Amino acid sequence: MLVAKPGLDGHDRGAKVIARALRDAGMEVVYTGLRQTPEQIVQAAVQEDADVIALSILSGAHNHLFPRVMELLAQKGVNDVLVIGGGVIPEDDIPFLKKAGIAEIFGPGTPTKATIDFIRANLKR
Amino acid sequence: MSDVPETVRRIRSGDPRTLARTISRIDDGDPSVAQVLRALHTHTGRAHVIGVTGPPGSGKSTLVDKFVGEFRRRGLSVGVLAVDPSSPFTGGAILGDRIRMQSHALDEGVYIRSLATRGHLGGLSGAVMEAVRVLDAAGFDRILIETVGVGQSEVDIVRLADTVVLVSVPGLGDDIQVLKAGIMEIGDVFVVNKSDRDGADRVVREIRSMLETALVNGVTPRALSGAGVADRGGHHIASAARESANAHGYGDAHGLPPVLKTTAETGEGVMPVVDAVEAHRAALEESGLLRERRLRNAAYELRDALGKRLLARLDSPDALARLDALARDVVERRRDVYDAVDALHEALSLEEKHPRR
Repeated sequence: MLVAKPGLDGHDRGAKVIARALRDAGMEVVYTGLRQTPEQIVQAAVQEDADVIALSILSGAHNHLFPRVMELLAQKGVNDVLVIGGGVIPEDDIPFLKKAGIAEIFGPGTPTKATIDFIRANLKR
Repeated sequence: MSDVPETVRRIRSGDPRTLARTISRIDDGDPSVAQVLRALHTHTGRAHVIGVTGPPGSGKSTLVDKFVGEFRRRGLSVGVLAVDPSSPFTGGAILGDRIRMQSHALDEGVYIRSLATRGHLGGLSGAVMEAVRVLDAAGFDRILIETVGVGQSEVDIVRLADTVVLVSVPGLGDDIQVLKAGIMEIGDVFVVNKSDRDGADRVVREIRSMLETALVNGVTPRALSGAGVADRGGHHIASAARESANAHGYGDAHGLPPVLKTTAETGEGVMPVVDAVEAHRAALEESGLLRERRLRNAAYELRDALGKRLLARLDSPDALARLDALARDVVERRRDVYDAVDALHEALSLEEKHPRR
């Protein structure tokens, strides 16, 4: 699992909560910290051989940053990684993000169990 | 990735995806990776393997980040293996060392991989040894291994690293901590990090005095011994190593390891540490000690591998049933532990002589 925070917002409580929940579900979670560029996230995912990338964002730049991550993964020929998103993301944006290849979006208040179950059911390898 | 020659070719060309996948296969205990590792073996042994160890929160990750930067400035490629602990209860882990190493995220000459201990004690993960070989075969000039935050006796890193950097910080306890056996004996380069804090000079003095006392007591500093080679004519090697050490500017006139202050956050003091690490390696190589260390480490590794193979025999359903039966006997006091082990050993030896197909 790679948990990453793309973009410029400085709040990672949500990312840390999900990282802990995933850890307690028995997963190995690489947490890369705040203010990551899509390039850094993709490079980390490749080097860590991540099965899942979880992107957390609060800044509102998801429509730019999430598809950019997908684009870079495709450029590197990585097509077997499950990418999910979380944070403050308006309902209306979700179809666009899913079309870009984000498998699911988990908004505020999602029980962590729902995220964990989704990951287990949708791993690509 | 069942194509062994192709995988080997990609590893040797440094392809990050193949490196990453191969290390995962090692970590997951995939038996098919053995063929790849066998093919890589002759291409390894070139990299300088540097261990960075010390207590939790002493700044190992930040130091490693700065070491990477310094090595890159010197035109050297760097592989990093950062180990963090797994939960003994759920098996999960948070691997957070990478947070402090992000300045190199986009540098093609740097590969960073996080590993969880997965129940392995001793400060490393069971996969580290083989992961080092993969990075070595990929041509990285320097391989940095960051251990988990260690306490007093997690010294596995000495079986793996050519040079061990032992990180201390002010404020961890009184001087008796430095006197204890174990972790404080393994450093080739001692670093007192967070040296902008009170008490840093005292820690430096305590470490120096520990090293000097050992010398007075007739113990060759491990940094300049193959650790244990004294009984095989190691003193000669040690004195040769001392001469090389002096020639390369490592340590003091007695061959005592350097004790250096750093403030990793600002990068202060990092360059002299990297110089000391490089000088140590040069001295080891020139004096023949590098070979001594590696011989010993290979012998350890062989013992470990044999032990694992023998223990794996207990995994058969027959053996497990026998083990359970004997455990019952021990708990119900029908047999003592020694007797039960004899019985188990005999049963496994018989099975080896007459394996059932």
